[in-house]
Amino acid sequence: MHHVIIGAGPAGVVAAESLRKLDSQCEISIIGDEPEPPYSRMALPYYLIKKIDESGTYLRTEANHFQSNNIKLIQQRVTKILPEQKNLQLANKTLVQYDKLLIATGSSPIKPAIPGIGLPEIYNCWTLEDARKISKQAKPGSRVVLMGAGFIGCIILEALFKSGADLTVVEMGDRMVPRMMNKKAGRLIQQWCENKGIKIHTGTKITSLAKGQDKLQITLDTDKTLIADFVVCAAGVKANTDFLKDSGINTDQGILVNRHLQTNIPDIYAAGDVAQGLDFSTGEYSVQAIQPTATDHGVLAALNMAGSKEAIHRGNINMNVLDTLGLIACSFGLWQGVEQGEHAEQYNPERFRYINLQFDGEYLVGATAIGLTQHVGVLRGLIQGKIKLGEWKDRLMHDPLRIMEAYLSRTQAIGFNASVW
Amino acid sequence: MLKSLQIEPEKCTGCLQCELACSYHHEGIFNPSKSRIKVFTFHQEGRFAPYTCTQCTEAWCLHTCPVEAIVINDATGAKEVIADRCVGCKVCTISCPFGTVNYNVDSGVVDKCDLCGGDPECATACPTAAITYVDAEHTGLARMQAHAAQSIKDL
Repeated sequence: MHHVIIGAGPAGVVAAESLRKLDSQCEISIIGDEPEPPYSRMALPYYLIKKIDESGTYLRTEANHFQSNNIKLIQQRVTKILPEQKNLQLANKTLVQYDKLLIATGSSPIKPAIPGIGLPEIYNCWTLEDARKISKQAKPGSRVVLMGAGFIGCIILEALFKSGADLTVVEMGDRMVPRMMNKKAGRLIQQWCENKGIKIHTGTKITSLAKGQDKLQITLDTDKTLIADFVVCAAGVKANTDFLKDSGINTDQGILVNRHLQTNIPDIYAAGDVAQGLDFSTGEYSVQAIQPTATDHGVLAALNMAGSKEAIHRGNINMNVLDTLGLIACSFGLWQGVEQGEHAEQYNPERFRYINLQFDGEYLVGATAIGLTQHVGVLRGLIQGKIKLGEWKDRLMHDPLRIMEAYLSRTQAIGFNASVW
Repeated sequence: MLKSLQIEPEKCTGCLQCELACSYHHEGIFNPSKSRIKVFTFHQEGRFAPYTCTQCTEAWCLHTCPVEAIVINDATGAKEVIADRCVGCKVCTISCPFGTVNYNVDSGVVDKCDLCGGDPECATACPTAAITYVDAEHTGLARMQAHAAQSIKDL
């Protein structure tokens, strides 16, 4: 049995390791197209601020980890899948035969259709190679424009800021991190950044990029012009599905999968950022593109590839945690709320503190927090555990910070409710 | 034989000695906010409940870590953070559904219970035996089952 995994990110690596645990005999190959050991994009911002060196970004620390688990690493780009022959074609024209195939090719940065976007001074911050380039270029006094204040934009803000660069952020949405934070929260993050001297234009688009004498000229739809040494483009990502064009594999935002993470073609599975998997909260299939979902997918795909019939996907909760120059923000599930739902909120802009809980009847369905670092995971527990809140609903409506007490009271024996013992 | 923390909230008086002992062991200071074990207060009921990582088998924190900074200590079964390797991305803090992995703003890395390498200071410090370190088989499975039954009864 030859299990082939395309993609050496968290989903692919976790799938390979899970397969090895399930079957000590099978052949496992991971094919990745970057000339690096498997590494984590999540760690790149910390490489940029020099908290870690390159090896600190590696997904697995032991040098011979893959070898000792008998997992073959192939550094090549897959150009085509030929499902009838159960073959993959690589860029160097060789063919790889598979019995079961996992597509975990992740996503890539979107290049917005703006004149001048192809200029060499426009960088992405997506690969280790991108990070090396930026870390060389960002110097005290250099003028940098960051296009996009989404999750990735915010997470690299710190590195750009700490390099001493003169930083301007341009975001299309009406606030920072619009796909993860509500208005109050997004604006709080903006205020935090502005207090540190970063110039931020929200509700603004870049209409063109052009090379002046030795600087870039960035024209905004407000008719303002910015001057920069380089631009970092963080305008969103899209699933890497282009190479599947003629494969017959159905795609939408990502690869369409069922609750076994199977595609429409037998023996082909998908996981991670490239897979359009079940969302726990909405019951719909969407691309979440987050680390916990990628690793969960990896484990589940492996179980299914190894033949387990019971390994059914229950859906992942969408959640994120973000550190923007030391301001920590997170959101979970249906943080925008539901129709007829109620919410509880505490907002303390002077201290940059915020918590917002969204309820559907007696259940917590979504949450947003800023400045909260203790016990945030319990928000996931309350939501995904579908913990019926009972009298704690009212208590949380009055004091939304009592999330741990609510969880413990509803799930543990605490004396006053220990009568069942 | 694997041991684990057994917590019996009905014995807890809320003295917070466990928090002080934990903070001192891990950080060298007596600061309850630096403790890996927390005592939660239930004013209405007049009760206290110490709570910390149960070293669960699912180990969401460990599996989601992008840089392999959470590992299993083979001797104790504890899931331990390797502080030198943790980049501080906080993904584990949102992944743990029990809320027991926390980001430490001062150190820039995450904290969680590591069972003090096999001799938990919280259990030693607890004057009422609300926290004990016992054979993992004896941590109240029957009680957990009773509560599991109770919680699904409501669904």
